[in-house]
Amino acid sequence: MQLTRAGFLALLWLFVLAALRVVRSDLYAAAGLRVSVPGFRKSAEKKSRGKAPRQLVVTHGALAGTRISLDGRPIMIGRADDSTLVLDDDFASTRHARISLRGTDWYVEDLGSTNGTFLDRAKVTAPLRVPLGVPIRIGKTVIELRS
Amino acid sequence: MTQPGPAVPLAQGSEPPGSSTPTRRGTELAMLAFAAGLVTGALMLVEVNQEQQLTMRLVYYGLAYLVLFAGAHVAVRKWAPYADPLILPCVALLNGIGLVMIYRIDLALAERYEDRWADAAPKQVLWTAIALAMFVMVLKFLPDHRTLSRYAYMFGLAGLILLALPGMLPASLSEVNGAKIWLRLGIFSIQPGEFAKILLMVFFAAFLVSKRDLFTVAGRRVLGIDLPRARDMGPILFAWGICVAIMVFEKDLGTALLFFGVVLALLYVATERFIWVGVGLVLFAGGSFVAYQLFSHVQGRVESWLDPFGNYTEGGFQLAQALFGFGTGGMFGTGLGSGRPEMLLFQANSDFITAAIGEELGFIGLTALLLVYMLLAMRGLRSAVAVRDSFGKLLGGGLSFTLTMQIFLVIGGVTTLIPLTGITAPFLSAGGSSLLANYVLVALLLRISDAARRPQAAAKPKPVAQAPIAEAHTVMVERPS
Repeated sequence: MQLTRAGFLALLWLFVLAALRVVRSDLYAAAGLRVSVPGFRKSAEKKSRGKAPRQLVVTHGALAGTRISLDGRPIMIGRADDSTLVLDDDFASTRHARISLRGTDWYVEDLGSTNGTFLDRAKVTAPLRVPLGVPIRIGKTVIELRS
Repeated sequence: MTQPGPAVPLAQGSEPPGSSTPTRRGTELAMLAFAAGLVTGALMLVEVNQEQQLTMRLVYYGLAYLVLFAGAHVAVRKWAPYADPLILPCVALLNGIGLVMIYRIDLALAERYEDRWADAAPKQVLWTAIALAMFVMVLKFLPDHRTLSRYAYMFGLAGLILLALPGMLPASLSEVNGAKIWLRLGIFSIQPGEFAKILLMVFFAAFLVSKRDLFTVAGRRVLGIDLPRARDMGPILFAWGICVAIMVFEKDLGTALLFFGVVLALLYVATERFIWVGVGLVLFAGGSFVAYQLFSHVQGRVESWLDPFGNYTEGGFQLAQALFGFGTGGMFGTGLGSGRPEMLLFQANSDFITAAIGEELGFIGLTALLLVYMLLAMRGLRSAVAVRDSFGKLLGGGLSFTLTMQIFLVIGGVTTLIPLTGITAPFLSAGGSSLLANYVLVALLLRISDAARRPQAAAKPKPVAQAPIAEAHTVMVERPS
């Protein structure tokens, strides 16, 4: 009798522990939130230094998560339908900015937008070289180049 | 460089290459089987300890339970394949333990009252079946929770009507044991307030999503605290007024408290301004003080809370018995089927079911059940954090918070941490309306978690779809010669 009583309580707790295990295994699984392991990411960034950028990633804004692979052709950003990256943002102009390849480096230039383009904190007035991983802000959207 | 390059097809980079999001339905099934095993074990323990024959009734209850949750699992597999794998098993375990306890209390009360006690367990199994059918219907006919926000004002109105209905009707149609919260429809009665809770939450979530900027406008600054502007206080005062009205006309402290708490939580989640919680607490304190001064039923509750043994004959009886039960149960409990829940009278299987569980499973068993509740709420909140639309976030947060608040009010009341408010423990207590409403709540949570975990493939077809249009345009420009 005592055995069954203790046994049932043990099973009840086993259920809780099993559930917690599921929670733990779920922690790093994709679930909307991307949990990145800090050590892993750092080494990835270190490795990328000195490499040529291969893709453009939208990190913030409505299009966050979007990637465009860079193939040497210029990238047009704006609200115009024929832009490479079409922004649906009140703060973006129709033809807002262009990111283009000159030599081996990528340059960002503002195409006379109303609210401006920012490379990190600085306003883009003339074509500026875009280093890897430096954020470019356009309205509510933030993009950066990655290898 | 003047010609913009042709649109590059966008790679949806939300998934790491080579790995797809697991649906984890297998985990859910395994956990459900575990829960089913636990519940069957509990039922067997009750039968053995009550020296019942291992009759066909045991097979009947066990099979009913298995079939019902297998059905729910299949529905989740079909209509919400990416939903959280823990929510349904947790609910199944709580509901199963609740069914076993209700059956066990039936045995005890039948012994004490002989013929005057009508068994509640078959009824509860029936309600569970209806509730799970409702659960499946919600999953099937609501493929996207955002649809709800379109009908927000209608839901709000329906919720208000449901909430007010028992207060308006004559007592013969709406009063049971002093609380006017029922609709007695001949053979069965429902508590419309349980459904109003969800409807109003949908309304409030949608309302806050569209108007939340208003609530972040700062007003006058007093003592370093940004007070909200007086005119923005309207909605919170309105909610407060409704709660007071529930307390006055329906004599239902629990629903009033729950409703006000949920409004505050949603407001805080939406604005991230603690001042709203402060304003709410001040209103709450004022309301409670006035209610205590004016209404005898509130005074009675407070007195039996402060001294259940001193007021043993005037209302403190059940609370005192609940405390005796916890004391008898101690650390490990008396064992399922060996306690004396009949001392809690006819509310042993509704408001006081946690006391009966505390007696028979002890501190350790009750803690495990509370942890299951916590896991349920945690998974709900996590889904709310992960989902991408603000309406889903607010609704998921609100739904999870309701579960937590309900269980706090129940356990707090039974253990005399706070005055007893007379609210049912979700999934455990006997009561059809509560079960039905809570299953709808869980279906909504599963829907939100499905949206949160579903991989984003083809979520933004816009830039991709433009490539062919742009090309078609260039073709048309070429002049045929």
